[in-house]
Amino acid sequence: MEHVLGFVALAAGLIIGLGAIGACIGIGLMGGKYIEASARQPELMNALQTKMFLLAGLIDAAFLIGVGIAMMFAFANPFKLI
Amino acid sequence: MATGHEAAAANAPTAGEYIVHHLTHLNSTAHAQKNVIDFSVLNYDTLFFSILMGVLGLFFMWRVARSVTSGVPGRVQAAVEILLEMVNDQAKGIIHSAESRKFVGPLALTVFVWIFLMNSMDFLPLDLLPNLWQLITGDHHAYLRVVPTADLNGTLGMSIGVLLVCLYYNVKIKGLGGWVHELFTAPFGSHPLLYPVNFLMQMIEFLAKTVSHGMRLFGNMYAGELIFMLIALMGAAWAGTATGAFLWIGHIIAGSIWAIFHILIVALQAFIFMMLTLVYVGQAHESH
Repeated sequence: MEHVLGFVALAAGLIIGLGAIGACIGIGLMGGKYIEASARQPELMNALQTKMFLLAGLIDAAFLIGVGIAMMFAFANPFKLI
Repeated sequence: MATGHEAAAANAPTAGEYIVHHLTHLNSTAHAQKNVIDFSVLNYDTLFFSILMGVLGLFFMWRVARSVTSGVPGRVQAAVEILLEMVNDQAKGIIHSAESRKFVGPLALTVFVWIFLMNSMDFLPLDLLPNLWQLITGDHHAYLRVVPTADLNGTLGMSIGVLLVCLYYNVKIKGLGGWVHELFTAPFGSHPLLYPVNFLMQMIEFLAKTVSHGMRLFGNMYAGELIFMLIALMGAAWAGTATGAFLWIGHIIAGSIWAIFHILIVALQAFIFMMLTLVYVGQAHESH
C-alpha cells in the first residue's frame, strides 16, 4: 500500500514535470517566432495573434490534461486496490 | 474508492475525501460510477447544467436579436455583433462553400457560446451550488458537479456530434462513392496493396480527431476545477494551524490569480473547440 502511494506520487510528479517541460519549450518556440514574425511584418500582427492563441491553447492542452490526470491520481487514487 | 465516499459523510472530511466527494456526479445510480464505461448511468448534473446553459445562451441571443436596431447599437448589441463577426470571419476563412456555411456558421457560434457558458460555471464559488443542493435535498453529502465540460461524457458527446457532422458533409460533398474511394485511396495513393493501410490511417485519423477534440476541453476544465478545489482546501485548512491566517489570505490571493488566469482558459478553450469544429468540417470539404 505505502509503496503504491509512493509510486503514484512519483508518477504524478513526472507527469506534471515532463508535461511542463514540453509545453514550455513549445510555447517558447512559438512565442519567439511570433515576435520575430511580427517584427518583420507588423501589419500581420493581428492575424498572427489569433493563430498564436489558438496554437497556445493546443500546446497547453496536452499539459493540462496531464495535470488533470496527475491530480486525479493524487487525490482520487484509482490504484488503491486494497 | 469506498473510503472517500462513505467517510465523506463525517463532519470533517480529509483533503482526499473532500476532493473525491466533489468529483462525484449526481447520477442515476445514487453512488459513484463503478466502471469506466457504463452506458446505463445518467449524470443528471451534467445534463441539467448543460441544458440550462444552452437555454440561457439561446434566451440571451433571442433577447438581443429581438431588440436589434440598425441605428446606433447598444453595448450588448455591439458585443454580440463583434462575436458574430469574429465567428463569421473564421468560418469564411476555413469553409469556402457558402451553402455549407449557412449551417456550419451558426453551429460554430452555438458551440462557442454554449461552451463558453458551460466553462464559466467554474467561476461560481466552488461550494456554492453543491451546498445549496445539499440544503435543498436535506442530504448533507449529496453529490453535485456544476461544470458540465469537466465531465468527459459531456465533451466527448459534443465531439462525437462534430464527427457526425463531418461524416454528413463527407457524404454530401463527395458523394457516397467518392467518400468511400477517398477512404481507401488517401493518403498514400491508389494501389490495391495500399487500400488496407489507407483505410486504417483514415480510421485512426477520425478516432484521434474526435478523442483529442473532446479530451482537450475536458482536460483543461477538469484540471482547472481540481486546482480550484486545492485552493479551497488551502483556505479550509486555516482553522487547525497556527499560521492559519496566512493560509486564509493565501487562498484568497491564489484563488483570485487562478480565477483571472482561468478566464483566459475558458474563453480560449471555447474558441479552440469552435475553431477545430470548423477545421474538421472544412476538411470534410476537401478532396484529396
